[in-house]
Amino acid sequence: MKEGKIVAWLADEGTEVSKGAEILEIETEKILSSIEAPASGILRRRVAGVDDVVAVGGLLGVIGDNSITDSELDSFIAEFQARAAVQTKEAELGPVPETVVVKDQSLRYLKRGEGQEVVILIHGFGGDLNGWLFNHEELAGRRTVYALDLPGHGGSSKQIQSAALDEFAKSLELFMDSVGLTKAHLVGHSMGGAVALRLALASPQRVSSLVLIASAGLGMEIDGEYINGFIAASRRKDLKPHIEKLFADPQLVGRQLVEDILKYKRLDGVERALRTLAGEFCPGGKQAVVLRERLSQLPMPILVIWGAEDRILPVSHSQGLPPNVRTEVLAGSGHMVHMESASRVNRLIQEFWESE
Amino acid sequence: MDRQLTFQQAINEALSQEMERDRTVILMGEDVAGGSGAEGQMDAWGGPLGITKGLWSKFGDRVMDTPISESAFVGAAIGAAVSGLRPVAELMFVDFMGVCFDQIFNQAAKFRYMFGGKAVTPLVVRTMCGAGFRAAAQHSQCLYPIFTHIPGLKCVVPSTPYDAKGLLIQSIRDNDPVIFFEHKLLYPMQGEVPEEPYAIPFGEANFVREGDDVTIVTLGRMVHVSSDAAAMLAKDGIDCEIIDLRTTSPLDEDSVLESAEKTGRVVVVDEASPRCNVATDISALIAEKAFASLKAPIRRVTPPHTPVPFSDVLEDLYIPDAGKVVAAVHDVTSYKA
Repeated sequence: MKEGKIVAWLADEGTEVSKGAEILEIETEKILSSIEAPASGILRRRVAGVDDVVAVGGLLGVIGDNSITDSELDSFIAEFQARAAVQTKEAELGPVPETVVVKDQSLRYLKRGEGQEVVILIHGFGGDLNGWLFNHEELAGRRTVYALDLPGHGGSSKQIQSAALDEFAKSLELFMDSVGLTKAHLVGHSMGGAVALRLALASPQRVSSLVLIASAGLGMEIDGEYINGFIAASRRKDLKPHIEKLFADPQLVGRQLVEDILKYKRLDGVERALRTLAGEFCPGGKQAVVLRERLSQLPMPILVIWGAEDRILPVSHSQGLPPNVRTEVLAGSGHMVHMESASRVNRLIQEFWESE
Repeated sequence: MDRQLTFQQAINEALSQEMERDRTVILMGEDVAGGSGAEGQMDAWGGPLGITKGLWSKFGDRVMDTPISESAFVGAAIGAAVSGLRPVAELMFVDFMGVCFDQIFNQAAKFRYMFGGKAVTPLVVRTMCGAGFRAAAQHSQCLYPIFTHIPGLKCVVPSTPYDAKGLLIQSIRDNDPVIFFEHKLLYPMQGEVPEEPYAIPFGEANFVREGDDVTIVTLGRMVHVSSDAAAMLAKDGIDCEIIDLRTTSPLDEDSVLESAEKTGRVVVVDEASPRCNVATDISALIAEKAFASLKAPIRRVTPPHTPVPFSDVLEDLYIPDAGKVVAAVHDVTSYKA
C-alpha cells in the first residue's frame, strides 16, 4: 500500500474525538478501510479533503486541544507537509522484498523496521506478504518485522511436498536460521496461524510469543466450499464471490484485490500447490489437524484474535481455550480481521507485546 | 518495486520460457534468427525490431529464418502444427497477411471442424499492427477485425507487458490457431511482469479502471489512450470504467454487458477502420442485449474510413486520441433524449 483516497470524514472539525473512534473512511487499491483517531482531543483541522489521494504517512488532520492557536496549527501543518515531502522521496526507495534459499526452495520476505525484538508475519492459504499491508509498517514502529511468503505462495517457490503443513513449519524455522534469528514473535493468520502453532510446539525455545488471527488448527470446521472455490476459480467473476466471503462487508473487496489474487493463481505450479495443500490441510472439508488441546503446554504468551463474523473459520474456535490464552473477538469483522479492523488489531497486538 | 519489463522483453521472455518448457515449440519467420548462417551473422537481428533476439543462441535450430514468402512459411507452420509441433510464426506486419489468407482462413481455421474435432492446429502467428510508426498505409493497419470474423481462429490484442507475456503463453499452449497482435508503439512500454511463467485465459476482459458514469470498451494501444482520457475526465467529475477486451475471439461478452448495464453509457474506442470493426461488434452486442439499460446512444471512436496517411500531421489526426475520447464521453453524458 502506497496511498489512499479519502472517501468521507466521519467527524466534524471542532468536535471531540476519542482515541480509537473511526474518524475517516479511505479507499485503497485493495479494499475500503477506516482510520481511527490516534489520540483523544478536538479535531481541530481536516487537512485532507474528500477525494484527495494521500500517501502513506501523509497528514490527514490535526487533533489537539483548544489552547492551540490557529497560527500555531498552520505552522505545524506547513512544517509537517515539508517534512513529508522529503520522506515521500525516501519512501519511494523503501524496502523491497528479498529472497533466501532454504533446502532448494526460495522464500520471499519483506523486512521493515529496526529493533531488538523480531516479529514474523505469516499469511494464510492462498495469501502472501502483501496481505499485511495495513499492519506491517504499523507493527514495525519499534521492532524488526519480517513478512514471509510461505512455500507455494506469493514470490516463493511453487513446489511443495505432500506433508505441506509440517514442511511449512520447517521452512519457517529454516528461514529463521538463514536470516540469523534465534527467537521471534510469530503472528499467523488462518493457515499461517497453524504453521506458527506447529513451530511453537516443535521448537518452543524459538518463539517469544504467538498471535493467532482467525487461526486454523483450533477446530475441525472450515468452509470447504471456500477452499475449493478459491482453487477452481480462474476468472474474476468466479473468484470475486469467494473473496467477498472473507470480509464481513463484501463491499470492501476492490478490483485490485481480486486481480492480485488472479495474478498469483495464474502462475505455473500454483494450482497444483494449492490442491496439494488443501488435500492435506482440509481433506473432505474438515481441518485435518486440530492443536487446540496442546495450547496449554506452550510456555510463551498467546493472543487469539477473531472476527465475530468470520465465514471461513467459525468464531466458536476462539472460545473455550485454556487460561494461558488471551482472546479478543472483534465485532463487525470477518475472516480478514487484520485488514478489516486493521487499527484495532494492530493496537491489540502491540499492547499484547508490551504487556508480556 | 516490482519487476519491470518492456512489452518487447515480455514477449521475448514468454517465447523463451515456453521453448524451455516444451521442446515442440519452434519459431519461424523472416530474420527471427537474424543471419545467413555466416559466422557472426546469426542472432544479429532477432526479427526486424529485435523481439526474438537471443533465442537462436539458446535454442539453435528451433529458431528458423525463412525466405521472404509469407504464403510459404505460414503454410509450413500450419503443416508443422498439425503434425505435432507448436510453431510460432512471426509475420512481420499484419498488412502482409493477404498473401496467406487461404492457409489461415480456409486451412488452419477449419481443420478442427472439418475433421470432426480429431485434428488440432496449435499454431501462433505473431504479427505487428497499428499506426503511429510513420510507416504509411501498407505497414500500419489494425486488421484484427478480419481475423475475429473467422470462426476457428482465436484473436489476441494485448495492451500491457503483463498481458503480452501471459496471453502469449496461453496462445502457445492453446490447441487452436491464434493470431497474436503486437502494436508497434507498445514495444518500449514498461510494466510489471512476474518472472515465473503464467497464462491468462482467453475471453477474460480486464477492468483497467472502475467507474460508475461511463463504460469505455477498448483494446490494444487504445487502452492507454482511453486511460489518459479517463484521467482528464475524472477532473471534471466524470468517472469512467475502462474494459480492456484482451481477446476479440473469444469475446468476454459478460464483462461488457455487466458494465454497460451498470453505467448505461458506452463509448467504444477502436484503432481499426470503422466498418465491421470491434467497435461495431461491441455496439451491436450492447444494443441487442442491454438496450433497456442505455441512457444515451452508444458512441464509437475510430479512425476515419481511409488508408493510414503517410503525412505525419495527417497520421496523428487519423489515430483516435484522448481528446476524441473525452469529446465522445461528454457526448454521452450530456445526451438528452
